[in-house]
Amino acid sequence: MSAPAETEHAERPRAHAKPRSGISALGVIGELLILAGVLLGLYVVWELFYTDVQGDRAQREIVEELAWADPEVVEGDVATSSTETIPDDLKVTDEDPPAMDYPEFTETFATMMVPRWGDDYVRPISEGDTRRDVLDPLGIGHYPDTALPGETGNFAVSGHRTTYGKPFNRVDELEQGDYLVVQTEDIWAVYHVTDWEIVDPSAIEVIAPTPNDPAAGETGRFITLTTCHPEYSAAERWVVYGELDYWAPTGHGVPAELLEVPQ
Amino acid sequence: MISTWLWSRIPGPTALKILLLIVVIAAVVMVLFEWVFPWISTVIPIQDPTIEEAP
Repeated sequence: MSAPAETEHAERPRAHAKPRSGISALGVIGELLILAGVLLGLYVVWELFYTDVQGDRAQREIVEELAWADPEVVEGDVATSSTETIPDDLKVTDEDPPAMDYPEFTETFATMMVPRWGDDYVRPISEGDTRRDVLDPLGIGHYPDTALPGETGNFAVSGHRTTYGKPFNRVDELEQGDYLVVQTEDIWAVYHVTDWEIVDPSAIEVIAPTPNDPAAGETGRFITLTTCHPEYSAAERWVVYGELDYWAPTGHGVPAELLEVPQ
Repeated sequence: MISTWLWSRIPGPTALKILLLIVVIAAVVMVLFEWVFPWISTVIPIQDPTIEEAP
């Protein structure tokens, strides 16, 4: 008889401890911590997943809206279609292309193709190197006041390696001799990779007119790609150097380099 | 508790409550994804791919 009574007695305080009106500070803190955890989790989902969804879509649309972007490149079937290639007598190696108007800030003035990254790789290049205005919403950014495609000097561009459509995600796969093809409204510029290295974020000499030799001035036609390193970090920068093979006017086919997709 | 208080403040029968909650949560997530998180990510520069002079 006494044992059930004891059980009843033991349960009663528990029922009393749960009244709806009672607000336990610990409970509220617990709920706020759960909320904070959910928000942090959502932020990670946004950064690692949603920015890529948005970035890929936005950069795709930008390329499709460029009236001058080569349609077969945009379609991604340039390697399989019987596309005309640029004849050798139109390739220029020893002089600058006709001067183009220097693009406005955030203006998309070129596209980039990298056969190593697949025959469907085509991304817009826009003027500026800030994240908020260029790199996050528009993809690849061109360092202000560096050379334009095909010109003497250094055509220096920057892009995300992870998130926001990650245009330079596969930068670590590039090998010496791989082609970097840039198209503007007027010209094709074909570069090849000469070297790569990992530098500190403050190593501005890599985008000098002659990479890593700011005192030398303009000594050739270079391209420099910069992106994050290691992935998901900004501790260092992965830098790819290249040199111009030739430039050629648009409207006479595509560079033959686009047709060879390295395996 | 906040959650019980919130639940009691949502009007309507349980089915409607759940529906309203889903709509509100979806709206909050959208605001976070479109405006709040992009802003936060520019304030904490953990993804910067550019080379620049050290500040």
